[in-house]
Amino acid sequence: MAQVTLDRVRKTYPNGFEAVQPCSVEIPDGELVVLVGPSGCGKSTLLRMIAGLEDITDGALSIGTDVVNDKDPADRNIAMVFQNYALYPHMSVAKNMGYGLKNRGASKAEIDAKVQEAARILNLGDYLDRRPSQLSGGQRQRVAMGRAIVRDPELFLFDEPLSNLDAKLRNQMRIEIRALQQRLGVTSVYVTHDQVEAMTMADRIIVLNAGRVEQIGTPTEIYERPASTFVAGFMGAPPMNLMTAALVSGQLQVGGETKLPLTPPAVATDEVLVGYRPEDVRLGGDGSVVLDVQIIEELGANRLLHGQLGGQAFSISIGKDEQAQVGPQPITLPQDRVHFFHPERGTRL
Amino acid sequence: MTDMTQASIATPARPRRSKRFRWSQVFDHAILCTGAFFMVFPVFLVLMTTSFEDADIVRNGLQFGFEGQMLENFEAAMFEAAGFSKAITGTRMLMNSLILGFGFAIGKIVISMMAAYAIVYFRLRFATFAFWIIFTTLLLPLEVRILPSYEAIQSLGLANTYSGLIIPLIASATGTFFFRQFFRSIPEELVEAARIDGAGPIKFFIDILVPLSRTMIAAIFIIMFVYGWNQYLWPTLITTDEGMFTLVRGIKQIVQVLSQTGAMIPEYGKALALSLIAMIPPVLIVIFFQSWFVKGLTESDK
Repeated sequence: MAQVTLDRVRKTYPNGFEAVQPCSVEIPDGELVVLVGPSGCGKSTLLRMIAGLEDITDGALSIGTDVVNDKDPADRNIAMVFQNYALYPHMSVAKNMGYGLKNRGASKAEIDAKVQEAARILNLGDYLDRRPSQLSGGQRQRVAMGRAIVRDPELFLFDEPLSNLDAKLRNQMRIEIRALQQRLGVTSVYVTHDQVEAMTMADRIIVLNAGRVEQIGTPTEIYERPASTFVAGFMGAPPMNLMTAALVSGQLQVGGETKLPLTPPAVATDEVLVGYRPEDVRLGGDGSVVLDVQIIEELGANRLLHGQLGGQAFSISIGKDEQAQVGPQPITLPQDRVHFFHPERGTRL
Repeated sequence: MTDMTQASIATPARPRRSKRFRWSQVFDHAILCTGAFFMVFPVFLVLMTTSFEDADIVRNGLQFGFEGQMLENFEAAMFEAAGFSKAITGTRMLMNSLILGFGFAIGKIVISMMAAYAIVYFRLRFATFAFWIIFTTLLLPLEVRILPSYEAIQSLGLANTYSGLIIPLIASATGTFFFRQFFRSIPEELVEAARIDGAGPIKFFIDILVPLSRTMIAAIFIIMFVYGWNQYLWPTLITTDEGMFTLVRGIKQIVQVLSQTGAMIPEYGKALALSLIAMIPPVLIVIFFQSWFVKGLTESDK
């Protein structure tokens, strides 16, 4: 068990491309941190730097109390679960799990005991003699987990471990991984591009965009107080509505005519970005704000109404018991749920 | 091997149009039988001819009949000392050939695997350049560099040794190329997982890469063994000592030596028996490794 500290860790490739801009974060012992972001945002690079598979251009990385920048992956006392599992195809499940221990010179009895223990935790007892090719996707995923836990590492690294599974299995494995991590209490870094995984599994989330840290916070903080329009748009499905509103004599206006009954933030710009989560907007109201509903999406548990507000795309989510039709509908925009962002920089106001 | 693939293509039944299916099957089998006949017939003819006496063969050529000499001819071919110095028997030649075949194939596989490993997995400055240099040696087969090769081996004192016979032949651009392509198809994550599991370069090679390559190894082994077995020019040059003769070149030597039994007739019966013996090991290798080959292809996934 150990805490992990990144101090201005940076990655620049030889061709000059800056994959990860200086990133500082402290991960306390036992915490599961999720790195989330779109493809190419540098989240995998950051993880691979922690693993030691990628050189760190600048900055210091410590696991426990030691700076491990120049240590080999094998000497960092970490374990990694890969997206495609990376099981050794020619070895049995038991050998796959025990290989790391064997290389560290553990005795046969010790390897056996640890593999048995891991297999018991992961319900793999009946499969120890099988080859990876004889297992289903979920079972392979478990073997990859088993390979990580037999070593008692100080740090787990997960590189999009669930993206090769189907949706149902993904939900199930998500819960299993989280439960296992909490039970073992091992510090973990988990990379995903799936914001649902990030929200549900993380103690804390690091949102990355184009190699830059956009926001670090608990899932609730990230969701309730996104630090930028990027975070607001990335976390949450459907994403937050973002409208450009003009500030005309202390009044917010959308599309030239619709006045928004909101107190604007104190800024020097003549425009602001107004953000609303679809579920924070209520149907019905005094008619001052009208949503022109064009499409209704039925999701079972709720309905999504997509339409236009003052000429800009706007979506709201309503409960399954509420009625809705296509056409103009009055809506209410609560003042306490609004998010304001800077129109150019995209930062929270 | 060709016969097998054709047969397996022909088997799947198309139940609804049974009549047409049957005709096509007859046709396929006719082709197969004709091909098999053309291949087996000469071998059979040679086998039958070995049952005749040398004098008979000289008079009447190859023949289908059966006389009582077959066992004697094979025995003479295998165990009777032959050549000018009487230093070589069929068994000795067979052993020499086996040493050459195995040494050649195993040497080529070891060398080309290690070369490919270095080229693919290590950040060498000139890895690609080195690979293309190795690849261009395809343009320089033994026949082109035969004088310098001979000179080098001779001056190293390796003439008439197994090392001299094998070592100049084991550098293999083809093998390096095939292993390079194969290694490049192995997912990067496997390498990384092994690194995290604490496997150094040598352990990774032996524990992961070699077992994963067993299909490739079997395939290249078949090709290279037969290639080495059939070497003629290099053994002819480098071995002057009759005790070092391989089967392939020894057969010719025996035909040149005249029969001792009365008339001065070449020992055709013995030579034919030897050429049959020379066919057996490559056939066995192919049959043995073929099952491995198929097993490796169907079971392994990267």
